[in-house]
Amino acid sequence: MKFDTPATTNPIDQMKIVGKPTNRIEGPLKTTGTAPYAYERHDVAANQAYGYVVGSAIAKGRIASMNLGEARAAPGVIAIVTADNAGKLAKGDFNTAKLLGGPDIEHYHQAIALVVADSFEQARAAASLVRVEYARGKGAYDLAAAIDTAIKPKASFGTEPDSAVGNFAAAFAAAPVQLDARYTTPDHSHAMMEPHATIAAWKGDKLTVWTSNQMIAWSVGDMAKTLGIPKENIRFDSPYIGGGFGGKLFNRADVLLAALGAKAAKRPVKVALPRPLMINNTTHRPATIQRVRLGATADGKLTAIGHESWSGDLPGGGPETAVAQTRLLYAGENRMTAMRLAVLDLPEGNAMRAPGEAPGLMALEIAVDELAEKLGMDPVALRVLNDTQVDPEKPSRPFSQRQLNKCLETGADKFGWSKRAKPGVTRDGRWLVGMGVAAAFRNNLNGPSAARVRLAKSGVVTVETDMTDIGTGTYTIIAQTAAEMMGVPLDKVVVKLGDSAFPVSAGSGGQWGANSSTAGVYAACVKLREAVVQKLGLASDAVFADGKVKAGRRSVALGDAAADGELVAEDNMEYGDLAEKFQQSTFGAHFVEVGVDAMTGEIRVRRMLAVCAAGRILNPKAARSQVIGAMTMGAGAALMEELAVDKRFGFFVNHDLAGYEVPVHADIPHQDVIFLDEADPTTSPMKAKGVGELGICGVAAAVANAVYNATGVRVRNYPITLDKLLGKLPDMV
Amino acid sequence: MQTPEEFELSRRGVLVGGAASVATVTLVPIGTATAATPPAKSPPTAKVAFEVNGTVRELELDTRTSLLDALREHLHLTGTKKGCDHGQCGACTVIVDGRRINSCLTLAVMHEGEKITTIEGLGTPDKMHAMQDAFVTHDGYQCGYCTPGQICSAVAVLDEIKAGVPSHVTADLAAAPAVTKVELRERMSGNICRCGAYSNIIDAITDVAGVKA
Repeated sequence: MKFDTPATTNPIDQMKIVGKPTNRIEGPLKTTGTAPYAYERHDVAANQAYGYVVGSAIAKGRIASMNLGEARAAPGVIAIVTADNAGKLAKGDFNTAKLLGGPDIEHYHQAIALVVADSFEQARAAASLVRVEYARGKGAYDLAAAIDTAIKPKASFGTEPDSAVGNFAAAFAAAPVQLDARYTTPDHSHAMMEPHATIAAWKGDKLTVWTSNQMIAWSVGDMAKTLGIPKENIRFDSPYIGGGFGGKLFNRADVLLAALGAKAAKRPVKVALPRPLMINNTTHRPATIQRVRLGATADGKLTAIGHESWSGDLPGGGPETAVAQTRLLYAGENRMTAMRLAVLDLPEGNAMRAPGEAPGLMALEIAVDELAEKLGMDPVALRVLNDTQVDPEKPSRPFSQRQLNKCLETGADKFGWSKRAKPGVTRDGRWLVGMGVAAAFRNNLNGPSAARVRLAKSGVVTVETDMTDIGTGTYTIIAQTAAEMMGVPLDKVVVKLGDSAFPVSAGSGGQWGANSSTAGVYAACVKLREAVVQKLGLASDAVFADGKVKAGRRSVALGDAAADGELVAEDNMEYGDLAEKFQQSTFGAHFVEVGVDAMTGEIRVRRMLAVCAAGRILNPKAARSQVIGAMTMGAGAALMEELAVDKRFGFFVNHDLAGYEVPVHADIPHQDVIFLDEADPTTSPMKAKGVGELGICGVAAAVANAVYNATGVRVRNYPITLDKLLGKLPDMV
Repeated sequence: MQTPEEFELSRRGVLVGGAASVATVTLVPIGTATAATPPAKSPPTAKVAFEVNGTVRELELDTRTSLLDALREHLHLTGTKKGCDHGQCGACTVIVDGRRINSCLTLAVMHEGEKITTIEGLGTPDKMHAMQDAFVTHDGYQCGYCTPGQICSAVAVLDEIKAGVPSHVTADLAAAPAVTKVELRERMSGNICRCGAYSNIIDAITDVAGVKA
């Protein structure tokens, strides 16, 4: 099915099942420990051996020699895989650095060997006996020092590194009110709870991997390329994924080394990345240095908007697209953005939840708060005043829907924004109290997505797609979609995900999964409805409801259509140019109240509210969870998350969950989320958009602005830790 | 590629190298010498018997096996999760003789004769424990990987409060601690949820505790 004209009325609009806050259908499995994650599939292959990964102890250079003798002789060892004996391996299209390094080393903890043994304990012990001699090379590890060497990167995904409209320099120079400030965001780690893990088994020349991966088809393709075997010979199965956040978009060392290990050991091999290896071995959100310049008239109209961002990555990598939102978020006739990329020999930078917008809004939305203060304006009012209903770079192109102002105004009302005082004056016992606001913005993306639906005699509808559920609620919203389309209750739908044997979906990333994958299921269900009607000899306008198909005076049980054999339909939803004609984006407003200890500078988040406008919300319960989870990650980005770079040896020092601090229960208050009522007919027949990344966009800036409001101390370098406040807090009375 | 910096390695620099060493042009690396490799000895094993979810289980284990790996790899009770294997995340929380522990931080052979309750022992999909049910109702999870640990912890936390065990945020050590959100957040802080379901988890626990949310 091709979606190339805005949706009209369709069965989803009934909203009998779609749009309801249904419990997750896989909930009883997850809460009883019976949902099978990658490393746990004891049932899928007999005689599994254990692989343990050895990571490089240098960041750049080469392996001078490796002595495997002791490790090979260790008890239980079956095989050791290294670049020396693995055969020819190509680099996957989605990887910047090789998944198996050696002799050249591209980053610290790049995998250089896999030790396979009968037991985990034996593999781990033997891995420590692999003796490696390195010749350390010289690398660049310091972004601040490298920005002078940063270059203009190539366009990526159709986005040019620079943009310019009007005459920014002249308009900024002429603006009566100006802001020019620099901000920094540190490297962040996905730190998902389930380590990257894979069980691999070969049958002849056919490989099956039970793994934890967000993008099945991409990863099958990359695995085929890496191993030099046909895609048809590879099966990925990833029904449960213990968190991804972008860290499992691509193949990582676990899946390649499990495959190589299983080949070498001639038996199935399971590999999980040890937690202390994950942060340097896999990808991270790159640090940025950003400069924001805003010029406004005395009454607050933006006349000049400039945003520049510098980031680093390994050779062949790309920039963190931190200026992306600035091209679309506010009106203003004169605009410029620019991204520059330095070569850094740190581990590979790549996508993490809302790449671009998450760090970009961390800077831009402090800048807007700073401008509001210079103008003597309320920051909500300043944002409302500078709303635009069209693409500011191309005014002939409207937003499909844009309720940013309503998000801001609704939030201000519900949060009690009018009680916000000037900085540094509100006290609650020993706490300095402040409120902050920030806009949330993230583009909506659609991708082709296919599904297969089966109707059984029992009336049960089974959906099969390689779509993944990374905690997003995919199982449930797909079941809701199929139930609504086929007119059956939710418990008559079975959803099977994450298997590359199923039709290729959009996968999970960039908050495109929910709308895209359910639209694919919609398309397949339209086909199945046609097959049912034809089989039963009913009129084409038959109604599917209550487990029955009704046309005129005839009413037939849905399952009867499969009386003499299962009915199967498959389709792929594809998209025309609506996303070019209309700018499809999601919007929100974050409101945060913090308390800052007047003596110690300790910062506590006291209240959080998000108001989101993101198209039709397919399941308000799961969508709310996506948003509160993103608010939590945003609070982490504001207050604690920072990969500490060892600039001498080139690695992230705090590479585990004790050193890389993420929010815990005690850090997070009760959170509120409001979804504005929306349905966007330009996005798909589902009229939905993404919401999982919108939720993190702007959160950190809202926290930062609240800290400023509480203390009068403006911190422009994240995370906002108490050492950056001490000595600057208001005098104790 | 050798630079003078190579010879200015700090003590810290040596430490980050871990088991590997950094070669220099002049040193003969010890590891590459053809030193006689000692013959492989089988690792010591020991017998252990404990009760898991009401059933006595006897195992002969490599003594290095953690309780977590004994459960997951030997008894195939994979509901207990390995998130960090270092006691930093809480995903491996189980209840041993009534107290919650990180099963990754303890060796299986240390638990002779003890009673272990895992997530599988609390309930099944057809017969869920009240806490499991409340997590579903309040959407107290997303990816589900930290969930068994959160639930085991939550069940034990309510027992701890009932037993009068104080926490860091208990204001009056002499008084019985109350089931408040602040107490729950403090006591649950050893269980990380990166999906960020905390607000909902606290709602689920207060629901089970019969406290007004």
